[in-house]
Amino acid sequence: MTLGPYASFIVMSYVAVATVVAALVTWVIADYRRQKARLRDLEAAGAVRRSGRSAAEVK
Amino acid sequence: MTLIDLANPSRFLSLAGRILPWLVAVTVLVLAIGLYQSATAPDDYQQGATVKIMFIHVPNAWLSMFVWSVMSVAALGTLVWRHPLADVAAKTAAPIGAAFTFLALLTGSLWGRPMWGTYWEWDARLTSVLILFLMYLGLMALWRAVEDPSRAARAAAVLTLVGAINIPIIKFSVDWWNTLHQPASVIRMGGTTLDRAFLIPLLVMAVGFTLLFLTLHIAAMRNEILRRRVRTLQMLQASKSAA
Repeated sequence: MTLGPYASFIVMSYVAVATVVAALVTWVIADYRRQKARLRDLEAAGAVRRSGRSAAEVK
Repeated sequence: MTLIDLANPSRFLSLAGRILPWLVAVTVLVLAIGLYQSATAPDDYQQGATVKIMFIHVPNAWLSMFVWSVMSVAALGTLVWRHPLADVAAKTAAPIGAAFTFLALLTGSLWGRPMWGTYWEWDARLTSVLILFLMYLGLMALWRAVEDPSRAARAAAVLTLVGAINIPIIKFSVDWWNTLHQPASVIRMGGTTLDRAFLIPLLVMAVGFTLLFLTLHIAAMRNEILRRRVRTLQMLQASKSAA
């Protein structure tokens, strides 16, 4: 596969997309872990939902 | 399962937990096929290999409008039907939509330099997409500015519906005005003008990016529900301490 005289523009485009998509995926995963950790900490500190069910339980 | 069943956040969390692993697998598979087809697609007789930028630019441009349309339906859900997950869906779609719009602008710019001789031109299509990007940022700022989620949701829903007027302007800008940006070549009256060698990779990438949006959106909605549980528990704890 040859990319011709404008290879740098093509490569930069794909690298930019890969970087932003990777950032989105990282943000979603990190945010999930952060919220679960906060819920576990709150439950450990004695906070309970009105229903009495675990807040950190998502199954 | 109906839409009403999904109004229960716990039920949504349960469903999200079950379908996300499958959705991730299908998304990765479709994007891998799309990337392979994009890499092996022939050069265009005018654009040369630069046509490969189209396989990522066009899906991102479509998604920039699609995500705002999803947010508009969610805004109706908030204002009209008061669906409990509507504002969760709208809030979490905004940063993802902003990212896709940013990528549409960036990849379009990187395609424009070698093909048009300029990174940017203030024509109707480019300007209206830039306005869309700024509206996404404004909406995200609004969500952060108002602390009470239900008040923020109503304000954001109104802004989203007002901003929806920009979607047909973006779509038809190339027909209504004389623009440097080329007219529609895939979704148009009279059928596509694209050769199958370019159309198939483009459509596969479009499906892949749409699946990517769906995956990220469901995951981000799950996070937002958990964030609201954290807020509720903190408030309950604070009121207990005060009592």
